[in-house]
Amino acid sequence: MTVQQAPVALTAKELTSDQEVRWCPGCGDYAIIKAVRSALAEIGTPRDRTVFVSGIGCAARFPYYMATYGFHTIHGRAPAIATGLKLANPELDIWVVTGDGDCLSIGGNHTLHVLRRNVDVNVLLFNNAIYGLTKGQYSPTSRVGTKSPSTPMGSIDNPVSAVEFALGCGARFVARSVDTLQKHLPVVMKRAHAHKGASFVEIFQNCIVYNDGAFAHFTDREIAADTQVFVEHGKPLLFGKDNDKGIRLNTSTLKLEVVKVGENGVTVGDILVHDETNKVLATLLAQMQPPSFPVALGVLYAEEGLDYTTAVYAQVAAAKSKKKAVPMAELLRSGHTWRVGV
Amino acid sequence: MSAVSAELPRHIDRRELESVVIRFAGDSGDGVQITGSQFTDTTALAGNDLATFPDFPAEIRAPAGTTFGVSAFQINFGARSIATAGDAPDVLVAFNPAALKVNLSDIHPGGLIVLDTGTFSARNLEKAGYATNPLEDGTLTKYRTLKIDISKLTLEAVKEMGVSSKEGLRCKNFWTLGLVYWLYGRSRQSTIDWLQRRFASRPEIANANIAALNAGHAFAETAEMPGEISSYVVPPAPLEPGVYRNITGTDAMAWGLLAGTQLAGIKLVFCSYPITPASSLLHALANLKQYDIVTFQAEDEIAAACSAIGASYGGALGITSSSGPGVALKGEAIGLAISTELPLIVVNAQRAGPSTGMPTKTEQSDLYQAVFGRNADSPVAVLAARSPADCFEVGIEAVRIATKYMTPVIVLTDGYIVNAAEPWRIPDMGAYEPFPVQFRTDPEGFHPFLRDPETLARPWVKPGTPEMMHRIGGIEKSFSSGHISYDPENHQKMTDVRAAKIDGIANDIPLQTVEDGTEGGALAVVGWGSTYGPISRAVGNLRAEGEDVSHVHLRHIWPLPRNLGDLLGKFDRVLVPEMNSGQLVTLLRAQYLLPAEGLNQISGKPFKISTIEAAIREQLEK
Ligand code: SF4
Repeated sequence: MTVQQAPVALTAKELTSDQEVRWCPGCGDYAIIKAVRSALAEIGTPRDRTVFVSGIGCAARFPYYMATYGFHTIHGRAPAIATGLKLANPELDIWVVTGDGDCLSIGGNHTLHVLRRNVDVNVLLFNNAIYGLTKGQYSPTSRVGTKSPSTPMGSIDNPVSAVEFALGCGARFVARSVDTLQKHLPVVMKRAHAHKGASFVEIFQNCIVYNDGAFAHFTDREIAADTQVFVEHGKPLLFGKDNDKGIRLNTSTLKLEVVKVGENGVTVGDILVHDETNKVLATLLAQMQPPSFPVALGVLYAEEGLDYTTAVYAQVAAAKSKKKAVPMAELLRSGHTWRVGV
Repeated sequence: MSAVSAELPRHIDRRELESVVIRFAGDSGDGVQITGSQFTDTTALAGNDLATFPDFPAEIRAPAGTTFGVSAFQINFGARSIATAGDAPDVLVAFNPAALKVNLSDIHPGGLIVLDTGTFSARNLEKAGYATNPLEDGTLTKYRTLKIDISKLTLEAVKEMGVSSKEGLRCKNFWTLGLVYWLYGRSRQSTIDWLQRRFASRPEIANANIAALNAGHAFAETAEMPGEISSYVVPPAPLEPGVYRNITGTDAMAWGLLAGTQLAGIKLVFCSYPITPASSLLHALANLKQYDIVTFQAEDEIAAACSAIGASYGGALGITSSSGPGVALKGEAIGLAISTELPLIVVNAQRAGPSTGMPTKTEQSDLYQAVFGRNADSPVAVLAARSPADCFEVGIEAVRIATKYMTPVIVLTDGYIVNAAEPWRIPDMGAYEPFPVQFRTDPEGFHPFLRDPETLARPWVKPGTPEMMHRIGGIEKSFSSGHISYDPENHQKMTDVRAAKIDGIANDIPLQTVEDGTEGGALAVVGWGSTYGPISRAVGNLRAEGEDVSHVHLRHIWPLPRNLGDLLGKFDRVLVPEMNSGQLVTLLRAQYLLPAEGLNQISGKPFKISTIEAAIREQLEK
């Protein structure tokens, strides 16, 4: 947000457009749009100042279902279009909705650059580890061995980690959540929105039709407590049903390890305390994977920095104070001119 | 060897010339382009009409002395109106053997060649691929030559100036310029002023160059110059009264786009990705930020087009630029702008292709790409500039059409137009009628694909406008509601209306006129883009001889002017010279079922007037 202004009263219903939603019944996208509407209602930016920009894919239909401004564009290019929009009008609240193929395959280059430039937009990655709209091919985040119409013998290429990629690109806000976490998701979105500069939020989203249960090994209710750790700035990285497991840094290997408080002399004091301004820690947390580690959810990394459009307009202002914008007729006569005839 | 030896016909009077073509050629490091542009400025101040052709090597820093590192700058100036940079140089200034080797075949027999003998070392001869020394083996007997050890004389001239001998040697282009100034009776003052400004922080460099300039001039003027040579005179051209300046196509386009957005009353957001020969437009606009312009160097060609579209969606005018290969990458995005009916300008500085082709060489082979080169039925407006100065008018016209019709406009220039300069009578800005953009703010009865009954354009709404929230996208939408629609009849209707909108622009552009000649007759020569210069001169020359030939030049490539078919139908024959294998000619044949014929040259070089004259003669004899 560039301009501070009083939030308006807004309800989730007022944020819902009159268009019929076309996602498959049971798709994780329903849960995400619910969370987005509730976050936006709390944020209170007027609907006419909010824009959703999307590329192509199931997730990309999102803008049609929001009673805000929306632009459903082309495959992979939403970050570039959002950048141009922000350049034209830095006062808009811009959300980019993208999927794993859109964001990390065809549009990987634009994701890289919107993040490193720190354009003040919020990127919501709906990661379902599959191409849904094109009927089920494996995606850049699918695990090795994913059987799909294009990989009948299983996929052989290594998946990309979205948050590690984002951190590598120089993103200054990187967070993670799950479609079903209806309390957590709006909180993360509000944080993303409050961050000035590019925010990147990976949301694990279940595609019930083509990749059902892709994340079940850490999102299933019964096991979630032991396979997820909610990171919070200034708080120890504890998890588990009894909140007695923790993440500790092994200083001799420079690796993280899971320990149990009370076992082998481990105390809460030994557990790492989350510091969301520590990029090294964020990177280590981003790498944690089941079964040996829980998946880190929440704001992994957040650090303020100059956002792109502010810098762009500072240069425009500097140019204006240095050089007078003389009228066009005068500009055309700048430099060498000569008169012919009268 | 004495410092100079001349082999010239015994007696040359000071004589008045109607026009002269000079080509400066040397290593990229010889300052050839600076020499040429200084000569251009001085010549313009002397009141001549002129046209220039800077010809760059593909490599940025090619090894010194090699033929592929030769850079050249040609200027044609005269006491009459000048249409092209000239077919064949009357004068070649060759700074080294490689420059001689590359350029010699272009010179008129009897032409004057100025050579720096100081560079004709065995090593340089070998690098240029000369087995024997052309100064001695009879290669140059057809020409008049002025063999001067310019390197040595330059070093002598600057020896007291406190510069290193390396820096001193780099002044030899100004020594040579001084000599050429004397040959054509030119004042040195504007170059002296320029050097003082340019090297304000290093006065010793400025002074050394000025000393070299003066020494070259004095050398020609005094006894050291062979007595037979006297100065030529090229009197001023009868130009239309007014205030003039020199302008390159790049600067004219930058100013035209800026002037257009000012007339439209909207912000300019320019998004581009570096590519030869288009990058200079990004540089030019990046230096005009005081006009509230935003320039953005995107991560790739696709992002450049997409960010421009994003800017237009936001209520600015998004403009992107590139050359053919980059425009190919932008194709899908242009389709999005067509489908969502957002204004967008794509400036294509065409170059020789396909693929990387010859990036620094000119061609006009992207007409098909501009008119047809996208998936699906995807019409856009296409304009082409005919000369450097014409880019100003075309830039304004592109903004007018893009904003009035909510459409992408593709503007075609080429490598020649963007780099070349010509004198330009500065237009009166007060004569341009503003065309302010009206953003829709009224929610009453609104949907995003309502249409203006006259232009068929949809309303332009800036996000941020209260109570106007709406969604657009690349999926087909309903004609009547703007919502997503897969209805077959609706798709037919939307396809038709998108085409009708673009076709309708033909009612809003000037009727096609005849540039030179009559509205009917034996032969029409139809051109577009930078073939304007050679066609106009060729047609002018043959008309002066009494031939029945007329010149028709197109600015609007799509839609075509609505009277064009009738106009061309009044000629027995139609000849279309193009620097491609026949693209406009195909379009004209398809549109009007005319038996038009092409004259096609794909050499990376502009047409010679004589080539077009010969083709016209051949047509007239048929
Ligand atoms: S295919 Fe998968 S991701 Fe797409 S809408 Fe259906 S369930 Fe959701």
